[in-house]
Amino acid sequence: MTVESTAARKPRRSAGTKRTAAKKSPGARPDLVQLLTPEGKRVKNGEYDAYVADITPEELRGLYRDMVLTRRFDAEATSLQRQGELGLWASLLGQEAAQIGSGRATREDDYVFPTYREHGVAWCRGVDPANLLGMFRGVNNGGWDPNSNNFHLYTIVIGSQTLHATGYAMGVAKDGADSAVIAYFGDGASSQGDVAESFTFSAVYNAPVVFFCQNNQWAISEPTERQTRVPLYQRAQGYGFPGVRVDGNDVLACLAVTKWALERARRGEGPTLVEAYTYRMGAHTTSDDPTKYRADEEREAWEAKDPIQRLRTYLEASNHADEGFFAELEAESEALGKRVREVVRAMPDPDRFAIFENAYADGHALVDEERAQFAAYQASFADEGEGIQR
Amino acid sequence: MTAEKMALAKAINESLRTALDADPKVLIMGEDVGKLGGVFRVTDGLQKDFGEDRVIDTPLAESGIVGTAIGLALRGYRPVVEIQFDGFVFPAYDQIVTQLAKMHARALGKIKLPVVIRIPYGGGIGAVEHHSESPEALFAHVAGLKVVSPSNAGDAYWMMQQAIHSDDPVIFFEPKRRYWDKSEVNREAIPSPLHKARVVREGTDLTLAAYGPMVKVCQEAAAAAQEEGKSLEVLDLRSMSPIDFDAVQASVEKTRRLVVVHEAPVFLGTGAEIAARITERSFYHLEAPVLRVGGYHAPYPPARLEDEYLPGLDRVLDAVDRSLAY
Repeated sequence: MTVESTAARKPRRSAGTKRTAAKKSPGARPDLVQLLTPEGKRVKNGEYDAYVADITPEELRGLYRDMVLTRRFDAEATSLQRQGELGLWASLLGQEAAQIGSGRATREDDYVFPTYREHGVAWCRGVDPANLLGMFRGVNNGGWDPNSNNFHLYTIVIGSQTLHATGYAMGVAKDGADSAVIAYFGDGASSQGDVAESFTFSAVYNAPVVFFCQNNQWAISEPTERQTRVPLYQRAQGYGFPGVRVDGNDVLACLAVTKWALERARRGEGPTLVEAYTYRMGAHTTSDDPTKYRADEEREAWEAKDPIQRLRTYLEASNHADEGFFAELEAESEALGKRVREVVRAMPDPDRFAIFENAYADGHALVDEERAQFAAYQASFADEGEGIQR
Repeated sequence: MTAEKMALAKAINESLRTALDADPKVLIMGEDVGKLGGVFRVTDGLQKDFGEDRVIDTPLAESGIVGTAIGLALRGYRPVVEIQFDGFVFPAYDQIVTQLAKMHARALGKIKLPVVIRIPYGGGIGAVEHHSESPEALFAHVAGLKVVSPSNAGDAYWMMQQAIHSDDPVIFFEPKRRYWDKSEVNREAIPSPLHKARVVREGTDLTLAAYGPMVKVCQEAAAAAQEEGKSLEVLDLRSMSPIDFDAVQASVEKTRRLVVVHEAPVFLGTGAEIAARITERSFYHLEAPVLRVGGYHAPYPPARLEDEYLPGLDRVLDAVDRSLAY
């Protein structure tokens, strides 16, 4: 097998020649697991078909619904940021298939460690979308109980959570449980030492963890070629576990490959790296301006591979969904948007004493002292206000 | 059972053994902690008795050690991790500061992070670079962490028990040059609270406040001063986060003079915080400004110069004289 490295694909530099990223269609590559082509055609895959062989039309419609509603939620959050209701938003636009496919592959007792863009995975885990908005609105720094849906807090520092996932998975193995753990991260995070260390630890301890890398091609303005000179999934080999590249815009393939990897983990066969080859269609966050660093044609090329349209074409061609389904979903989508708007606008500022809440589990004398000072300071305003009124 | 005399390193070993025995969720993790028993042999024999599943030799990666310990704590374990030397903690500093310290608050109190990070720290053993540092202020500055350091075996035994039982992350600084100093360990005593300072020598003329390796130096200084007719009180702070300011205040309002002694650089250090707080709390009781004796704003020097860098008897007594001269 020849290793097709990024370096090999790099065009030679010569004076006057503008350097462009040579991109092959991922669909044409033999190393990319795909079950639905960008044109919505179902293709066979000897290795992974088995994992979606028994999928029902209803389940397929369910995946479609998940993707549509997640995209709608995401669009609403983006709008709310523009309207000043959120301080920031990290959109998942374009990554719905990677997140819904992998998220739906998890079992209830599995544990998910997300980065900060996994709104679709959160959806699959049953996390109330409103909970995801608190930290972006600035009313908390996390805001949910990770154990209520086995969905850990969003992690802003890139790659840190891959180690938490690995440690958690080590604990799962110690407990003799047959659940698995999945850690999400991006192509940018693959450059972080913590990700490398999590690969080492998980391999050495044979931890039941799946590393799910959404390679969305850009780490803010840095392209994947600034993170790696070999395809990311190939890194796994150096650590001694399998790596697979899946078409990240193919929800069926993402479901199948993630199921395969999670089952390996459950059987005690250790970690797997899944690289979901996808594209971030929007900005990194609402603070970002991708027009400064990438070409419109690139986005247009990826729009042709849109994960939602792809499944819709398949559902229609195979008569798995009718107009009524799509119309009903459209109405449900509108209702979700409305609910998200209402929830965000009604979200109260936290109690001011929340500053001191939960700094420590067992308490801390300095926190107690400063809380008392803060209370006295606040109380002094109350007195003043009363004085003015009188 | 009566008290038995043992070295500080042995006391920590016994404490870890007690914790491993009492709670199957307690784990020991770190580089070389298994067969070797740690480079200072603090975990000696534990893997042999509790197995590789409880006393875990890790890959050589500090961020990985702390990061996976966080994950294990999330799963319900109580990991006690060893960082081999003070200067090696920095690859893990990100995990400690951005993750471990904040996760309980970010989860609105719904999850707990009972992780103990043991760090042999400080100088005085003639080590090479990165093996003699005192970074406690860097950790004490971070909300969400508790930072403690025992100065003797008896305290070390109990403080380790308390750190492991704490639902908060505790940075446990072990004074490596006191590892071989023996003192009494009473396993049936009722230990004083983890964050309570202790008067180790009563005095009336001036308070010396110290912790970890410097407590012994201060006790020696007080003994020397006694011969010159000066009565010094020595306070072992034991905890740098939180600091028992009430105890410092009580001592200072008795003696009216305070000198804080630590190995770490004086600039922006634990002593600076104590000086500021005590000035706020006890301004009218003070007969002299609070003075500090500690390390310089320079990289920890090569071993042949560490005696110049570390506070010794003479530097402490010099500060005592300066304070008494006001």
